[in-house]
Amino acid sequence: MPVLKGVGQCLIHAPNLLYHNGTTQTVERLKNPDSEYLKKLPEHLRKYDDAVAYAPNQAYIGNISLEELKTIPRPWYPNSINGASRFGKYGEIMPEDEFYGLLKIADAFDLVILEESFQEEVKEKLAKHKLINEQLLARLTNAKPLGEIEKLVASHTAEGLYLGEKLVGCVRQAHEIDENLSAHIMLENLVVKASGILAVLHLLANTGINPAEVDYIIECSEEACGDMNQRGGGNFAKAIGEIAGLVNANGSDVRGFCAGPAHALLQAASLVKSGTFKNVVVVGGGAVAKLGMNGKDHVNKGMPVLEDMLGAFAVLVSENDGLNPIIRLDVIGKHNIGSGASPQQVMKALVAEPLAKLGRKITEIDYYSVEMQNPELTEPAGAGNVPEANYKMIGALAVMAGEIGRADIPTFVQKHGLPGFAPTQGHIPSGVPALGFFRDALLEGKISSAMVIGKGSLFLARMTNLFDGLSLLIEKNPGKTEETTGLTKEAIREMVAEYLREMAKGLLS
Amino acid sequence: MAILAGKKVIAVGDRDGVPGPAIAECAKSAGAEVVFATTECFV
Repeated sequence: MPVLKGVGQCLIHAPNLLYHNGTTQTVERLKNPDSEYLKKLPEHLRKYDDAVAYAPNQAYIGNISLEELKTIPRPWYPNSINGASRFGKYGEIMPEDEFYGLLKIADAFDLVILEESFQEEVKEKLAKHKLINEQLLARLTNAKPLGEIEKLVASHTAEGLYLGEKLVGCVRQAHEIDENLSAHIMLENLVVKASGILAVLHLLANTGINPAEVDYIIECSEEACGDMNQRGGGNFAKAIGEIAGLVNANGSDVRGFCAGPAHALLQAASLVKSGTFKNVVVVGGGAVAKLGMNGKDHVNKGMPVLEDMLGAFAVLVSENDGLNPIIRLDVIGKHNIGSGASPQQVMKALVAEPLAKLGRKITEIDYYSVEMQNPELTEPAGAGNVPEANYKMIGALAVMAGEIGRADIPTFVQKHGLPGFAPTQGHIPSGVPALGFFRDALLEGKISSAMVIGKGSLFLARMTNLFDGLSLLIEKNPGKTEETTGLTKEAIREMVAEYLREMAKGLLS
Repeated sequence: MAILAGKKVIAVGDRDGVPGPAIAECAKSAGAEVVFATTECFV
């Protein structure tokens, strides 16, 4: 059985990328450049310390458990967490200036240009980072004077990198005509790469695995890297692995909108189970486009714009060590082409059907991780509490199966559900962000099983009206059992008899 | 439901709620002409 050996979960505070590059803001700038929203937005951007002390962010990096988060009353944003810190047991919350440095470290084509004094400042800060070694620091080269950067941004051949009003760098276009290599796309893709690198570095540190022992990498974010002849050609996975030092790894990208990580996890576990690879890393970088997606509603309601975090995650799937939680592959929940798209049909395919095949009840699974979007981000925009709606649907299926009464749904949601805590970064909230919490709870013996559910909106690509989803069951490791050969006494007797017959034939001839 | 009879309808569904095509079917059954139906993702 493949096991979940560890996680890396990181956030990057990115208020300036939000302001300049989030699609809600870029569209508004095009359609309504003098809008009140754009004028008011800077006053609603959070300071780094406030983002660090925000309870859901502390939960994402593992400083508070999801059970603890349940007990912290909402609203969370006005109530900072005492003793909050940048680093947690799963990863960190990186400030934007250091992340710009990491963008340069991730850059392989001299597209990121940092201003000279800024690069020196950021180099000093990153030199103190426990996971940024000399080799990575040495990639901080080719800084330019501010004037050169200003010219590039003014000529619309580069996207500016800002800290407030100050221009501190830029990301250049990689081609004059090709839209796929425009400055805008290069910035988005380099952010995926850099944030993915950060998550992998934390994963390596958390698991203690030798980077040279990673065999394969699967990247599962929602961006596409390629040029005009192969848009989405890839390969973020190897690009991330190269910088993170995974020298013996091959890799590829898996896409499936928000369900991408669930598909990647399934493939990683299958590659390990088949014996093809021993150690597979699944990694997903963050989405610039979604920063400030519901910003207008947050500003209208006088709130800070809370969608200022880029999310990234990485997990290591390895061969059975008899200790870490197992990923079951005998029964998978999958939304089929013919499953139907209503919430009831989707959840039936992802939860009720696989559990029925195992002869398990819905109420027997300790926790479900669904779409774990932080409701504090979605409720002001009218999208409601997404995880809660998902849990109610699972509870309703338990009612239909006769496991609980209709009046028991709220109790079911409270017992088997978890609070939404992940930033609205598409694939980041979809099932996988609870993996760190699940692994800890399973190792500590607090629970025995948990289900990870990924869901994806395929219709957004205008190729199909279909929905998508995939679920996997993670369970406590029952301990390593000796591999048996499968040979029975009967079979051995037959083999000996065959050998003796052959020998007799040889003697006779 | 008569309020939809003979009316033109644009149906916008939510991925975590009711899908657009489902709303469109309901509107059609109430006598509406569905001119556009879509499902959107708000997260």
